Amino acid sequence: MLQVVKPVDGLVRVNDFVVKFANVNGSGSASANQMFGKAILRMGVPVATRNIFPSNIQGLPTWYEIRVSEAGYMGAREGTELMVAMNPQTWDQDIASILPGGYLFYDSSRVVPENRLRSDIIIIGMPLTELCNRAYTDPRQRQLFKNIIYVGAIAALLDIGLEVLETLIAEQFKAKEKLISANIQALHMGRDYAQTHLQCPIGLRVRRSNAVGDRIAIEGNAAAGLGAVYGGATVAAWYPITPSTSLVEGFQKYCTRFRVDPQTGAHNFAIVQAEDELSSIGMVIGASWNGARAFTATSGPGISLMQEFFGLAYFAEIPAVIFDVQRAGPSTGMPTRTQQCDVLACAYASHGDTKHVLLFPEDPYECFTFGAQAFDLADRLQTPVFVLLDLDIGMNERLTRPLVWDDSKKMDRGKVMTAEELEAGKDFGRYLDVDGDGITYRTYPGTHPTRGSFFTRGTSKDRYARYTELGSAYEDNMQRLLRKFATAATLVPAPVVRPASRSTKLGVIYYGSTAAAMLEAADLLAGEGIELDLMRVRAFPFSDIVNGFIEAHEKVFVVEQNRDAQLRTLLVNELEIDPARLPKILHYDGSPITARQIAEKIKGHPSLTARSFERSAS
Amino acid sequence: MSFLPKPKLHHPGLLPNALGYTRRDYEGAISTLCAGCGHDSISAAIVHACFQMDLPPHRIAKLSGIGCSSKTPTYFLGSSHGFNSVHGRMPSVLTGANLANRDLIYLGVSGDGDSASIGLGQFAHSMRRGVNMVYIVENNGVYGLTKGQFSATADKGAKSKRGVANNDEAIDLVSMAIQLGASFVGRSFSGDKAQLVPLIQAALAHPGAAFIDCISPCVTFNNHQGSTKSFDYVREHNEAVNMLDVITGRDEITVDYAPGAVEIVEQHDGSLLRLRKLAGDYDVSSRAEALGFLQHHHAKGEIVTGLLYRDPEPEEMHSYLKTTATPLNELTEATLCPGSAALERLNASLR
Repeated sequence: MLQVVKPVDGLVRVNDFVVKFANVNGSGSASANQMFGKAILRMGVPVATRNIFPSNIQGLPTWYEIRVSEAGYMGAREGTELMVAMNPQTWDQDIASILPGGYLFYDSSRVVPENRLRSDIIIIGMPLTELCNRAYTDPRQRQLFKNIIYVGAIAALLDIGLEVLETLIAEQFKAKEKLISANIQALHMGRDYAQTHLQCPIGLRVRRSNAVGDRIAIEGNAAAGLGAVYGGATVAAWYPITPSTSLVEGFQKYCTRFRVDPQTGAHNFAIVQAEDELSSIGMVIGASWNGARAFTATSGPGISLMQEFFGLAYFAEIPAVIFDVQRAGPSTGMPTRTQQCDVLACAYASHGDTKHVLLFPEDPYECFTFGAQAFDLADRLQTPVFVLLDLDIGMNERLTRPLVWDDSKKMDRGKVMTAEELEAGKDFGRYLDVDGDGITYRTYPGTHPTRGSFFTRGTSKDRYARYTELGSAYEDNMQRLLRKFATAATLVPAPVVRPASRSTKLGVIYYGSTAAAMLEAADLLAGEGIELDLMRVRAFPFSDIVNGFIEAHEKVFVVEQNRDAQLRTLLVNELEIDPARLPKILHYDGSPITARQIAEKIKGHPSLTARSFERSAS
Repeated sequence: MSFLPKPKLHHPGLLPNALGYTRRDYEGAISTLCAGCGHDSISAAIVHACFQMDLPPHRIAKLSGIGCSSKTPTYFLGSSHGFNSVHGRMPSVLTGANLANRDLIYLGVSGDGDSASIGLGQFAHSMRRGVNMVYIVENNGVYGLTKGQFSATADKGAKSKRGVANNDEAIDLVSMAIQLGASFVGRSFSGDKAQLVPLIQAALAHPGAAFIDCISPCVTFNNHQGSTKSFDYVREHNEAVNMLDVITGRDEITVDYAPGAVEIVEQHDGSLLRLRKLAGDYDVSSRAEALGFLQHHHAKGEIVTGLLYRDPEPEEMHSYLKTTATPLNELTEATLCPGSAALERLNASLR
């Protein structure tokens, strides 16, 4: 008997548990694991999936985490109810992460010594390697089908019918009958073994639900790339860097689908893989100067390399859209781990006095929406716009609201003087503010034979773009740029406020991928009597609403995924807030922030030890 | 300084070209470079070339990096949009501009510091990509604006104004351009207008990556005994392989040459290019021959000038990218945005 049964009461959970697959990078496990996650989604139960992977192609440990949550919590969560331990390298840490009463599923082809196991968990062994060796001769098949076999076994353990998985296999391999039947056969092999030799089902169950509703599952990077297609981007220049690469791949994929002329095969887009990030941003600026919508996608090191160009684009007032999919820095840092660590590097990028527009999408839905909107903002404001994703939302398939598009929406190309206006004698001053919003008219090269041309430069100039080193002209221009930044604050996405169920003097500010964990943390804290008003900041510069929110609270926690509380620095610096009013809640070990981490840090914070705020307020 | 107004006197004898523009319409602001600077001669050659070719000035975009050379786009083609960008990064900005609108003519102006030192990478990769442009390096072997340091094109052993010898090997941009895939490569000398003007015209007519290395002596910091980029040195060591004439419809071919000494090629804009061969059987369509010839003569201390390489069937970036014939910056929502129905279908596929 290969199954070891211990007298432990197994955890009983329905639609609320974490399954974690521990694999070796390059073993082909990812697609099998993803299929399993998708099957639960198809049963109408929300899942949050995360691929935790090393900076490596083959051989290092990788994990795939599926959080099943009928309540719809999309943040990461500590502890594992079911560990599928397929990687001997990480065995001990994987065993340690199982919650008491949780389940271990492992390949029992090799005997595991007693002392490497735990007595407070349920241990389920299945001789996967032996089964595969018996069924297949080709080594690659043995490896790949092993993944499908364990999916079949786990489906049986969780009492999931195989129909959903069979449908997914058929969809994945489309018309390749041979592959479909081979995979389904492996799936059945796993299920049959489990039903015959293992105690099925265990205490963890997936029960059909309609909690998913009409939501879709998509990676943030793909959604942002799609947003760029909808936003009218025609030029993408980029240099490969994790975790941003799949954003341009997404753009490429959707351009191939939507932007190739069916008659001529001509491309209504241009994608150039540049020699480095300096060249990528140079091309973006050249294309935008010439009237196309252009973007690049990069991560922290690329942002560092682009600094000089950001200053030029700010000062010469050229639109540009930069997607920064953040990863843990500094330097090469942890390239496959997540952080929100480029906020300051982007907000004040380049030398001299500069400030830039930043957008903080919380999920793939906003990656799409902001991805499109960024081009309108860049054209309207004639300045670089940074869309700050991070690895957690960029590279993981996330359940998100269905993407929507309003067909009546037109691109906002901003203040561009036309040949007709020039011909009619309209005064053109490239840096002349005619209506007080700080934004000036530009012309595209080649517009008019004799009017409207100007010389773009990084040096100081007057309102008519003529070179000058006059201090007064320089100051005049720099002041206008500040007016333009104030206009930007009125155009960027407004913060989203979620008031507590009763009045409180405590607030929280958070942004980007922290949202999922923060909403869950607020529920946890409310359960313990700690009420928090929430504000999700969606952009920089800050709208007046942000200032008002801080004013209305005695303390506002600022929750971030970086060491130095970078958004808080911006709040203190730009809104001149007393730092003592903004306690920091930080997480920066490279893993996504969790609700429990936030809740415990807030609960344990000195501001709360008196436990007076919410009571005195109510 | 350029804020001094330039006198706008129109000589009554100035003849208009086919578009009705006079030479003045191709000029720019008054130069702020040192009196006698080679770069001003190149600006004049650009003005002359564009005027003679009847190019509409506003359809030319002139881009540059940083340095003395990169200041010059202010001094020619005053009705064209110009972009004085970032040091060493003109090629990427120009590439982006070209991606956005393939219908304009792109003129990139750079220097030896801008292209051979800080911008060597961008120079190289713009050649590799086959960007349709004319890329001119105004090559004087020194940094002028920072007062006379050697650049990467300064010859090994050449002496600075203070008498210090350069120890580093020189980068030959012409050889690099040929090797990296430029489809039109020439070298000239700012002091030889008869050679330079037709070379620029032929480059403008060429539908691909055209590169011209123009030796342009720095009268202030690199025109002394011991320099290999001085007026005297270049005149003495100039080894021209050919002379060019661009023949437009208005000109007649009147002079007879010995057979084999002249080659006439039709350019892609319909004009004819007449090549008078000065160095035996130098074949401008052979990359290998050009590279060997350059090496051989460089070893002898000679500066090879003329049209060095020309691909008769050039390809350019847009053909590799399969870009639509309409400039990308003219496409509208109807072409660019797939709309809500397509998004609905996409949503359905993601469930």
